[in-house]
Amino acid sequence: MVTSPMADMRNSDPKMTARHVNVFYGEKQAIQDVSIDVELDEVTAFIGPSGCGKSTFLRTLNRMNDTVPSARVEGRITLDGEDIYASGMDVVQLRARVGMVFLKPNPFPKSIYENIAYGPRIHGLASGKAELDQIVEKSLRRAGLWDEVKDRLHDSGTALSGGQQQRLCIGRAIAVEPEVILMDEPCSALDPIATAKIEELILDLRGNYAIVIVTHNMQQAARVSQRTAFFHLGRLVEQGPTTEIFTNPREERTKDYITGRYG
Amino acid sequence: MSSQALPGLEAHAMASRAPTDWTSDAMRHRIARRYAAERRFKFMGLLAILISAGFLAFLLVTMAANGLRGFTRTEIALPIDFQRAAIFIDPQALKMGNPDQVLAGANLPAAIDKAAQDAFGPEGARLISASAVRSVRNAIVADPTILTRKVTIEVPASEGIDVAAKGKGSEADEANVARLRQAGVLSSGFNLPFLTASDGTDPTVVGIWGALKGSLLTMGITLLLSFPIGVFAALYLEEYAPRNRWTDLIEVSINNLAAVPSIIFGLLGLAIFLNMMNLPRSAPLVGGLTLALMTMPVIVIAGRNAIKAVPPSIRDAALGIGASPVQVVFHHVLPLALPGILTGTIIGMARALGETAPLLMIGMRAFVASPPGGITDPATVLPVQIFLWSDEVGRGFVEKTSAAIIILLLFLLTMNSIAIYLRNKFEKKW
Repeated sequence: MVTSPMADMRNSDPKMTARHVNVFYGEKQAIQDVSIDVELDEVTAFIGPSGCGKSTFLRTLNRMNDTVPSARVEGRITLDGEDIYASGMDVVQLRARVGMVFLKPNPFPKSIYENIAYGPRIHGLASGKAELDQIVEKSLRRAGLWDEVKDRLHDSGTALSGGQQQRLCIGRAIAVEPEVILMDEPCSALDPIATAKIEELILDLRGNYAIVIVTHNMQQAARVSQRTAFFHLGRLVEQGPTTEIFTNPREERTKDYITGRYG
Repeated sequence: MSSQALPGLEAHAMASRAPTDWTSDAMRHRIARRYAAERRFKFMGLLAILISAGFLAFLLVTMAANGLRGFTRTEIALPIDFQRAAIFIDPQALKMGNPDQVLAGANLPAAIDKAAQDAFGPEGARLISASAVRSVRNAIVADPTILTRKVTIEVPASEGIDVAAKGKGSEADEANVARLRQAGVLSSGFNLPFLTASDGTDPTVVGIWGALKGSLLTMGITLLLSFPIGVFAALYLEEYAPRNRWTDLIEVSINNLAAVPSIIFGLLGLAIFLNMMNLPRSAPLVGGLTLALMTMPVIVIAGRNAIKAVPPSIRDAALGIGASPVQVVFHHVLPLALPGILTGTIIGMARALGETAPLLMIGMRAFVASPPGGITDPATVLPVQIFLWSDEVGRGFVEKTSAAIIILLLFLLTMNSIAIYLRNKFEKKW
């Protein structure tokens, strides 16, 4: 069982660390003793069967579980060495630093421009209209959406196709210059072509942001991630470099899952 | 486990099922019955709509038939020779000072009565409404030179003549009307004073403006209080309040409050606003406060439902890029919930506008002959005015009651149209 931090120690400190994390929903324990590192220059994939707790764990990394009244988190999670569950941590700022993209594309029912500009505006990242325009263009370019929407920035964001909406959401997340981007099954509601575009985008974004992606799709994990963690029944069964997990898993359960024996 | 259960199931299915015959008589019968059920349902729906449309049409037609006559008045062309009449008015003073003061000094009513007797015989004065003074006064103010000659002025007819001219008077009045018609002095005109005057004892001079202004002021206070309080209460309960027994208790209380009969709110207003807080009786302020108590729960309930209907994914999206809870509520949840909240507000305000019982309790049934100057002046409101006029014995009040109902319905329509316009303006397309 490899629940301790990775043996191959790195030179730089990890961007985020989790140590002995337990998550409860009321009496029910959803996550048991998970310890994992998220590196700055890597894409980390969480895989596992439905209900294994990978999304729950992802949501502890930017404290989105705070919105669930019955949720309780134990253990220590840090961002740049700082405990994000410490009493002095400002949740609003944390969520600006650790952005999130959700399973279902959820653009605001506002214009494309407003979708992107909203985050920078509430955090005061732009000092004027010109700078805000710049941020919007840059974010849409990074999200690979600029060429498709530049002529209709003031159309509603909800009028875009599903894949475009999801890229808009990614653009919205990166507009506030986060350090970490959490993606909760960002392609499950999309067709294969839109999925391919998102995967391409993830590869482009890698290096600028630490990216954590939850996915059901093992090929996707293999394609986009450098590090993979396999969750099962609320436990972290195995983690390691993606190539290793997929070619030479140490655990029998991991092997069964990635070969499609269950899940 | 599943591989064990499957073979048994298969065997069972194989043994008991023949291929379905979709053309058998039983099948055809089933299809026919299904079609019949659908036709029946459609027919009943159509019937329900026709019945309600019929009632609505009946209401509107009877109201219009009775009420539109309330907007016209019968006028008599009255010849007055001001030089022969015993009135002394200084045209210079009329120009310089306040015409009301100057004319009050002259004995106009007596002059008018005399002119009527001269023109229509000894009974003449009874044919002319008491409000004829106003017409004559207006004519003099408009052109003071008429004081030096003989002129003919259109003055309102008395209640009896007015009712008779519209076809429902007593025999004596009918005879008078026939006589006047023959003389060619009877005409019908738009009853402008009905829109500008207040309550009175003579149906030919009463107006709706006092009650309309009272309703406007009362509704304004109701909206000003119940809308913000209701919306903030709904937002707090949905977005901030912890889920516990206290919140449940508050929710049950609000739901019950919305179902409390309105007369109880009137008693509450009487006890608290009048007896404890000593606010002025019959005032739009107290009426508005009382109706706000009644309207608020409706807005809270509609508001909570509208807020609940905002998809959680929008809240997640905003929180996920670092919006604070207050920003989430005011930038995203409230704008998306506003159309629903406005719908609830329309329903609540429409109910408050038509409410009579609680206002009777706080004294708004008083006879008020002048429009309220402010929210603390004695006033009445449209539904109470309708109630009061429907109770009057004078026959002239029947059409006034219907006319007041038309005004009330128009007020309601205007209010709803504004709200629906606002709702559509705020409605976002997904």
